Amino acid sequence: MALESKIPAGPIQDKWTNHKFNLKLVSPANKRKYDIIVVGTGLAGSSAAASLAELGYNVIVLTFHDSPRRAHSIAAQGGINAAKNYPNDGDSIYRLFYDTLKGGDYRAREANVYRLAEVSNNIIDQCVAQGVPFAREYGGLLDNRSFGGAQLSRTFYARGQTGQQLLLGAYSALSRQVGLGRVKLYTRREMLGLVVIDGMARGVVARNLVTGELERFAGHAVVLATGGYSRVFYLSTNAMNCNATAIWRAHKKGAFFGNPCFTQIHPTSLPLHHEQQSKLTLMSESLRNDGRVWVPKQKGDKRHPNDIPEDERDYYLERMYPSYGNLTPRDIASRAAKRMCDEGYGVGETGQAVYLDFSDAIKRLGKKVIEERYGNLFQMYEMITGDNPYEVPMKIYPAPHYTMGGLWVDYNLMSTIPGLFVIGEANFSDHGANRLGASALMQGLADGYFILPYTIGDYLASHKFIPVKTDHEEFIKEENAQKDLIKRLISINGKRTVDDLHRELGKIMWDYVGMSRNAEGLTKAIQMIGDLREEFWRNVKVPGNDADLNQTLERAGRVADFMELGELMARDALHRNESCGGHFREEYQTEDGEAKRDDENFAYVAAWEFKALGEWVLHKEPLVFEYVKPSTRSYK
Amino acid sequence: MSSKKLNLTLKVWRQPGPNAKGEFKTYYAKNISSDASFLEMLDIVNEELEAKGEEPIAYEHDCREGICGTCGMVINGRPHGPLQGITTCQLHMRHFKDGDVIYIEPFRARAFPVIKDLIVDRSAFDKIIQAGGFISVNTGSAPEANSIPVKKENADLAMDAAACIGCGACVAACPNASAMLFVSAKVSHLALLPQGLPEREIRVQRMVAKMDELGFGNCSNIGACEAECPKEIKITNIARLNREFYRAKFLSNVEE
Amino acid sequence: MGWFFKTFNYSVGKKLLMALTGFFLILFLFVHLFGNTFLYLGPDAFNGYVHLLNETNLVYIIRVMEVILALGFAFHIWDGVRLWLQNRKARPIKYYIKATDPKSTWTSRNMIYSALIIFVFLVIHLRNFWYEFKYGSIKQTGATDYDIVVKTFQDPIYMIIYVVSMVFLFLHLHHGFQSAFQTLGLNHKKYTPFIVWAGRIIAIFLSAGFASFPIYFFFFYGGN
Repeated sequence: MALESKIPAGPIQDKWTNHKFNLKLVSPANKRKYDIIVVGTGLAGSSAAASLAELGYNVIVLTFHDSPRRAHSIAAQGGINAAKNYPNDGDSIYRLFYDTLKGGDYRAREANVYRLAEVSNNIIDQCVAQGVPFAREYGGLLDNRSFGGAQLSRTFYARGQTGQQLLLGAYSALSRQVGLGRVKLYTRREMLGLVVIDGMARGVVARNLVTGELERFAGHAVVLATGGYSRVFYLSTNAMNCNATAIWRAHKKGAFFGNPCFTQIHPTSLPLHHEQQSKLTLMSESLRNDGRVWVPKQKGDKRHPNDIPEDERDYYLERMYPSYGNLTPRDIASRAAKRMCDEGYGVGETGQAVYLDFSDAIKRLGKKVIEERYGNLFQMYEMITGDNPYEVPMKIYPAPHYTMGGLWVDYNLMSTIPGLFVIGEANFSDHGANRLGASALMQGLADGYFILPYTIGDYLASHKFIPVKTDHEEFIKEENAQKDLIKRLISINGKRTVDDLHRELGKIMWDYVGMSRNAEGLTKAIQMIGDLREEFWRNVKVPGNDADLNQTLERAGRVADFMELGELMARDALHRNESCGGHFREEYQTEDGEAKRDDENFAYVAAWEFKALGEWVLHKEPLVFEYVKPSTRSYK
Repeated sequence: MSSKKLNLTLKVWRQPGPNAKGEFKTYYAKNISSDASFLEMLDIVNEELEAKGEEPIAYEHDCREGICGTCGMVINGRPHGPLQGITTCQLHMRHFKDGDVIYIEPFRARAFPVIKDLIVDRSAFDKIIQAGGFISVNTGSAPEANSIPVKKENADLAMDAAACIGCGACVAACPNASAMLFVSAKVSHLALLPQGLPEREIRVQRMVAKMDELGFGNCSNIGACEAECPKEIKITNIARLNREFYRAKFLSNVEE
Repeated sequence: MGWFFKTFNYSVGKKLLMALTGFFLILFLFVHLFGNTFLYLGPDAFNGYVHLLNETNLVYIIRVMEVILALGFAFHIWDGVRLWLQNRKARPIKYYIKATDPKSTWTSRNMIYSALIIFVFLVIHLRNFWYEFKYGSIKQTGATDYDIVVKTFQDPIYMIIYVVSMVFLFLHLHHGFQSAFQTLGLNHKKYTPFIVWAGRIIAIFLSAGFASFPIYFFFFYGGN
């Protein structure tokens, strides 16, 4: 099977416009004849569901949360990028496109990234009209701030809760459609299986998390908006329930997985501070606007940070990357922190942390300004650590945060299974090998509001659909398969808890498939993950039964999928003999320790086809750069 | 902060299902780091239960950063525990003493029926939003963002109100189990912005009607909601809702 | 006008009714307290005041006012009871641990109890004076209204009932006054602190004012 990216021809500025014109339309009267199933209610899912319902489609929405508003988009703090150029600092669609492509280390499609930049402005308009309370200037107009990987201010924000406000905007649009009866909302439903009939995605089987019953949903197209898979690392900044189950089960049904090894390690998370920790907490990257990152110049300096004089501090980001300073992109900032700690300059009890210091900013701007900008983040920090960041520098360390990889999709956001669309973080997306700050919100909403509603119509209009009801044999087959899987999980009755096994997987992933990787470690990891998977299926213990609310069972299913996905990530990382963005192979680095890309051999998207466990076939979608010639990414 | 180890006695409300009878059961949390969060402490207790083949305590949680609004329980009689301005997931064990006895109950309100143990059904909140907690603007029809200037003070006040995470602690804290703080936060957020004004009359009427229909109690201006709100949303929003309601009922033509 | 009455069946409307009747009753308390001050001017002044209200043409206005006042009380009580019953129903299972937040006041959480005591007091009070002034048997012996007041307040039991009841009136008004402003939507960064204080002063002024009469007649009045 050849990968067809369906990138339209023509100059980059016109591709999307021309493509929209060429897409087939579904007439208004016919739209209500189509049922579209949307799984997930984060920014991408909610915005897509609302927009599709507004157009007149029948939309079925599933979420495993108790409310659509809980989706993890809500936790995004810093902001959302757009090429509005309000600050008059020379921004443009082309520059946002350029920055995003470069930030992604030239591993994304030019056409997709350009389209993303193109619709970014519409997103801001849409959100403002919905009542998203973005920060404003005294004149009443919108305020912007700067973010990592950009030399200008193009980030719109709502205090440190931008993701929350954008999600509540999309949620309100979705709620409106629920109220109007155009969206049927099913909460506390976890998608477990995809139903493919005659090669087309025609429905899903989901578990009612309250009653334990398996339920079938049929439609003409399925949209997955189920987010990323950072929880494969166990400790990550993702919410506890984030998982890869929906995309992984779709992958096993035939959807190719794109660039699974491209994961983002966020530089400003709180360091691990006790052994019983369940997750890592993100501190917004926006903090790097005013905070300065440093370590003591002397190895193993145990003095209190405030006692270390200025000339004994190493502001290493400013030293190594003078033009971007503390605002270098995430992959670079994360690796620099790791390098500092590995070399013994790390601080804190574990030596696995660096300082993020606001004393200069407080001196320059006053405590009140800092409080206005980051008050809630500082409060959050103090709540967790017991330290007051107004007085003592924060301690930070990188943490798994976002996955650029995901299900492979074409320009229309459709996966290799016809009728299965994948949007937001769940697809392999527009971020290449590294995502810039404030771009995830942009991509989720671009997909949901402004791209999918067009492209899905083309699919519906250009295909013939046989009528499918939920008593179709494929539904029964899929339901039985899921039932068996659940029975199997419960019947093992072994000795180890789900979390225990998950933690072990996470450690393997972090040690060998984490911030820096090498062939030896990856090979070892593949072996270890395989063994652990076996151990899981032999020795996991899931108490309770399946006809009830059973949170252990929910987690067990998700961890079972991570055990498989982890292996694919390691295989992908092993095959990609280069360093790019978040994927850093120790064998491929420059003399000063920077990532060394290999455009000759690896300028492609790795799309993996599932054959059997441990057996994947690699398909390559070559990346063609007509506008931005790949160069060594330098932030010095 | 130096960390200590704590041993605690937990009295936890266990209720197998919505119609089942519930009761307090006793558990012991041993050797808990004072740096651990309250939910991590529960995780440890749960993992021990799982290892023994017993059903763990069902409770909801997700982001563990205080923003998703999923977690929520009543700890020693206080929604989200003894501290103000935080969610349960942000509560850390350093605020407890070795040997403490901790009672954990679900949020209690007729409109929030228990599903299992500490999990309650808060879909009533969604229904209130569905009744009118939005601005009716279809995708694609928005004007240029900066064509709508908003007074900074109003934008800030709107943001204060919009910070609501929909956790339900206001209902849990209110002696009347009233949802007025939640509803007023959304009414205020949208009434403070020019974008929200075209629907201000219909919105407040529908949301209040839905709130009443769902079996929440009536606000009697006690202020417990404000005191327990993890996002410290102010009851000035309730006063604003009241004004919006009278305005809609007595001064406008918009009837609901 | 259907919409008008329906408005008062919404939760917010019910509270509006509470606030409006509450304000009206507070207004009445001021008038009542003003009338009572005639007690300090001696029997003639007080009896004259009562005479003025009951035996001159003013009586027609007074009768109408009495009906309105009774309606004010009735609506306030009916609405309060109905709110209380609904609020109880809104939480069928109570919390096992009864803790309170550090901010809300005791008075705000216990309005129904202060109300209950004030209601009992009201019944006693009406029996003591309103009934006695009008139909009381003591009137046949030639005792004046002033005498009835003196006699009642010199009874230690009544004195205590009256003073204690005024403590609960204070508690009721302490929350009620400012709460009524909040209900009317009058919450403002600049004025609310003033309203809260004004409410406390008014609560003290009214309850202490009324309590001063039993205390005066019990402890300081040397009439017999």
